[in-house]
Amino acid sequence: MPKPSSAAAVAPDTAWRYRLTVASRLAAAVAGGYLLTAGATALLSLALPGPRASAVLTATMLSFSIFTAAVMTAFATSSAARAWLWLALPGALAAGAAWWLSGSAS
Amino acid sequence: MKQGFRQSMAWLHTWSGLILCWLLFAIFLTGTASYFRQEIQLWMQPELHASRPDALTAQRAYDALQARAPQAQSWNIVLPGPRSPVAQVSWRDAGAPVRRGPGNGMVLDAGTGAQLSPRESNAGNFLYRFHFELYGMERITGRWIVGVATVIMLIGIITGIVTHRRIFKDFFTLRPRKGHRSWLDGHNAAAVLALPFHLMITYSGLLLLMTLLMPWGIEAAYQGDTQAFFSEWGRRGGAAESAPLAPREPAPGATPLSAMLAHADIAWGPGQVASISVTRPGTAQAIVELRRRGTGSLLDRGQPDRLRFRGADGQTLPAEASAEPSGPGMVYNVLTALHLVRFADPVVRWIFFLLGLMGTFMAASGLVLWVVKREPDRRKLGRTPAGHRLVQVLNVAAVAGMTAAVGALFWANRLIPAGLPGRAQWEIHAFFAVWGLSLLHAAVRPHRAAWREQLWLGAALFALAPLLNAWTGTSHLLGALRHGDGLLAGIDLTLLALGLTLAAVARKVGLHRPPPAPAARARPPRAAPRPAPGGAHTGTATPAAAAGRGADA
Repeated sequence: MPKPSSAAAVAPDTAWRYRLTVASRLAAAVAGGYLLTAGATALLSLALPGPRASAVLTATMLSFSIFTAAVMTAFATSSAARAWLWLALPGALAAGAAWWLSGSAS
Repeated sequence: MKQGFRQSMAWLHTWSGLILCWLLFAIFLTGTASYFRQEIQLWMQPELHASRPDALTAQRAYDALQARAPQAQSWNIVLPGPRSPVAQVSWRDAGAPVRRGPGNGMVLDAGTGAQLSPRESNAGNFLYRFHFELYGMERITGRWIVGVATVIMLIGIITGIVTHRRIFKDFFTLRPRKGHRSWLDGHNAAAVLALPFHLMITYSGLLLLMTLLMPWGIEAAYQGDTQAFFSEWGRRGGAAESAPLAPREPAPGATPLSAMLAHADIAWGPGQVASISVTRPGTAQAIVELRRRGTGSLLDRGQPDRLRFRGADGQTLPAEASAEPSGPGMVYNVLTALHLVRFADPVVRWIFFLLGLMGTFMAASGLVLWVVKREPDRRKLGRTPAGHRLVQVLNVAAVAGMTAAVGALFWANRLIPAGLPGRAQWEIHAFFAVWGLSLLHAAVRPHRAAWREQLWLGAALFALAPLLNAWTGTSHLLGALRHGDGLLAGIDLTLLALGLTLAAVARKVGLHRPPPAPAARARPPRAAPRPAPGGAHTGTATPAAAAGRGADA
């Protein structure tokens, strides 16, 4: 996600907008990425076959790969809005599904 | 956003790298030192250096416990080995809570059985703790900070791989004396050569912190009951100690310890017993357990082989059944055992130490690269922007300053009087004092002079540490070499080698002359044809060069 050109060469409001989109992507990566990772980990912990402890362990060990992929997605999408869309929406869905599953299980 | 995936990843690599590289350098440096935590602790306590183990050491330790704690619930004896010349004994009184860490214990001279009173020093453990929970804050806070840095390191590694088109060529590329390209090559070589190690150490570090960083699987499946998860997983059984005990019956005779040790010598080979534990010593129900040095397999988290005997007559007992680890359990066990080097082979320990040093160099060279890369920008401007200056100052203090501060720990250890109350804390104060002063020094001195002077300081502190040991300790390098004491000689020689390496780097920095005309620097022929969007002065597509694009904020 490099800057279009050096800061001195562009109009001030372009630079300002650039910084804003970086901040937005960063927030999407951290907050959206963590939400997605936490949701996916919880969901996998409940949904993976086999003993419960193995499922939790597998999901938790995978979570760091999921988060890495999420952060890379946040900075690779074509716009900051898409970064939010790709991370926060599935994150909310996964977290919601996990919450519903764990509620109905107990 | 019209740039390709690779450029966006290069951007992420530069900035995620810079922001936490200072912290990562500190984690790598102290973590690498932790591979020799026991050796550092030993060096720090010269009162232990004269201990010489022999065949009767185990019996002496046993007798010492018999004399000191005959009524104890359990005893533990850690025998001397390749990494320690002393015997450590500890005991737990009946009714005392099971807890980790030192309870009642003594350090014994392996040759005489006399109790030793080493100076209070915790520097080796301080470096070990620092590498995953920092210092001067809540442990949980420190672990979170280190965990976040580790996640960023993982992102740095993955994006570094993605940006790296010529990953195999870089094994063999080093262009010396070419300004930032040399740094880039060095950074890449350190990263690529040790890549499997970096990935392993980063991911396994995250696994060791996983219940803190990512508790949501446990939250969902166990309603947050971490203990239930652990006991179902089979890692920490909790109920073993709580069985009601039969009343004490005195043992019919002396425990035949030497026969048990002979049994172990036949089963494992001579000198392979690492520790001895005795439950209910001195009673008819006493059980003696011998643990083997090192480990047979990483799959069971480096659990050592054991032999169990009935204390009263030395009869062998069947081994305690341990649960077979599950598939994911094995993955966890192998990765974390690798991180913690839970195996005894000194060759592997040394390889890991050198790989750790490469990681330390990778972090340092990445920081230097950020500054060197922007030299043309500063020339064009004719001054150093405040942001660049800040990075310069922090780089010097984080890399050269911290290295010198670790060297200062060794000096503080010997210069602070052995009997001073609270001296262990003063050693750590000395470490932070030197580190803090290095930041001040870096802020007031010109950039290159600051590097040179602090590197020389570190070089002197490390290279002269063997002399300090000879002067203030009970042994010296030549004596240790003559007596074949490879352990102490090895520590001194390692300190000397580190000092000489730092001296070579310091000399190099001192000799360096910046290239005269930046505009005359030829673009290499393999420059990528596609003009980089923001990179007026970058042509290659290697990660940090690409990372330099658009990073001139």
